[in-house]
Amino acid sequence: MIDLPTRSIDLKNVLSGSSPTVAKDDHSEGMSYLQSVPRRLVTLYLPLTIIVVILLFPFYWMALTSVKPDNQLLDLDRYNPFWTWNPTFKHFHKLLFESYYPHWLWNTMYVAVCATVLSIIASVLAAYAIVRLRYKGANLVGGLIFLAYLVPPSILFIPLATVVFQYGLFDSPLALILTYPTILIPFSTWLLMGYFKTIPFELEECALIDGASRWQILIKIVLPLAIPGLISAFIFCFTLCWNEFIYALTFLQSTSNKTVPVAIVNEFVDGDVYRWGSLMAGALAGSLPLVILYAFFVEHYVSAMTGAVKE
Amino acid sequence: MADLAVAPSAKPQFRAASAWDQLKHNRNWLGFWFMLPALAFLIFFLAYPLGLGIWLSFTDTRIGRAGHFIATENYEWLWDDSVFWLSVFNTLLYTFAASAIKFAVGLYLALLLNENMPFKAMLRAMVLIPFIVPTVLSALAFWWIFDSQFSIISWSLRHLGLISQNINFLGDTTWARICVIFANIWRGVPFVAITLLAGLQTVSPSLYEAAILDGASGWQRFRYITYPLLTPIIAVVMTFSVLFTFTDFQLIWAMTRGGPVNATHLMATLSYQRAIIAGQLGEGAAISSAMIPFLLAAIMVSWFGLQRRKWQQGESND
Repeated sequence: MIDLPTRSIDLKNVLSGSSPTVAKDDHSEGMSYLQSVPRRLVTLYLPLTIIVVILLFPFYWMALTSVKPDNQLLDLDRYNPFWTWNPTFKHFHKLLFESYYPHWLWNTMYVAVCATVLSIIASVLAAYAIVRLRYKGANLVGGLIFLAYLVPPSILFIPLATVVFQYGLFDSPLALILTYPTILIPFSTWLLMGYFKTIPFELEECALIDGASRWQILIKIVLPLAIPGLISAFIFCFTLCWNEFIYALTFLQSTSNKTVPVAIVNEFVDGDVYRWGSLMAGALAGSLPLVILYAFFVEHYVSAMTGAVKE
Repeated sequence: MADLAVAPSAKPQFRAASAWDQLKHNRNWLGFWFMLPALAFLIFFLAYPLGLGIWLSFTDTRIGRAGHFIATENYEWLWDDSVFWLSVFNTLLYTFAASAIKFAVGLYLALLLNENMPFKAMLRAMVLIPFIVPTVLSALAFWWIFDSQFSIISWSLRHLGLISQNINFLGDTTWARICVIFANIWRGVPFVAITLLAGLQTVSPSLYEAAILDGASGWQRFRYITYPLLTPIIAVVMTFSVLFTFTDFQLIWAMTRGGPVNATHLMATLSYQRAIIAGQLGEGAAISSAMIPFLLAAIMVSWFGLQRRKWQQGESND
């Protein structure tokens, strides 16, 4: 839809910082050898430190709160709020053994994995058809799929709630598994289209001449070559599912069926007076799976994220 | 055409094999089969609800009761509803303030991260974390940071002697708006920064070298090389940023639920409040349908902006 002048972006370099066109120790701005160390301190390291501290502080605060004993949390005059000498795992214990938290984690995981797998299967087929089969109207459909990406859930949740109710899916994880793909498919199709385009067409031609069917070509030639793209799509879809809030809030009702974000907002907020510890422990534990996944696949994640812009 | 003229005589021989084969080998049919799963999802759970939502906005549907067509009554009612207009104002304020600052800070951060320095890869990975963590969960962290009694910000400012009593961050209308906008910026900056960084890396260093030889200052290099070459990516990133900020729901819901006195209600949160909590599905649908023109406008602006820019580039470069 939005047709960009295609300039290839080598995504791995976004994180590693090595640019293929620049020699290793050259500076990307080309000027830095003229700058003195004190000047770089003020113009580069100082602002960077401030921004990074602000970006990461809420996580520090989350982590610290979740291990602070309750009396220290609420007594800012006698204890230094920025540190604690007696960390406690009481909040986590409460979370894991006295609440539905393991349930919620499982629900979120289950919904995210199912919706992601469904979406990726649908997207692989769609992306292959748009890029390689080039059937009549492929470009139009490609454009429409991109437009679908721009339709926000906050417009759809009301009519979807009635649809979900009509189909008898209300308060069941299936409601989420079936509705999440509408958010995930547009993005992952777009991402996979980019990957499929990079696979040499000659490989497929040879296979076609040898009598392979399109299905065989897709499974045996295209998919193995597109594995990095599949991983990117998987991680991004999974993150989106984990993050999704408004559908889960609207379509699920019983406490045990909820997903982590909704459950924490609804179940812990109206709890006892000393809720902050449990709340932050829940938030931290709910973020950890994504952060761990992200730590292992940073490059793929970034390529998925910037992939939307690349195309 | 010439081929077609020959075809009738040849046709009978091929027809027997072709019905099934056509399904298997004809590109259009194959394309259709391959598209089917994706299209099914998008039609049943996206296109159909989109239409249904617009239809609902013209009915008086409530939760548990089917509605009747009442033409534009919902919209007339909203037209006179000051809370609705407040939510429109809030949404626009939230979108513009947050997007503008996200752009400025994101671009600045991208330029900083593009410099050569130790631990560059690690820094870039760390910067992205706010974007990974589920919005609601980080919004809860902000909720706690902005707590009226135990806010760490109030505490720090008090101990620095800058204020004498705690700021009621989420209880005061102005402060609440600033706080939710701040949280939105905090979450959005990494996305803008990393995407622009990806764009920055495509700018050839030789351009800067040439500019330096010509005596261009740092600002001039940014203004006449970096900025124009980044424009297409900026346009796309900002379109996404504006669209997602405009339709934001979860951050507000987790931090303020639209309060205090509706000061932070966005159109999305107001429609949830009216449709799901109060049960007025029709009215809620009208509020969310009212978002569509704004979204279309945002898409149009960026699309035409890009077309114009391409046309300009075509004129000057070729």
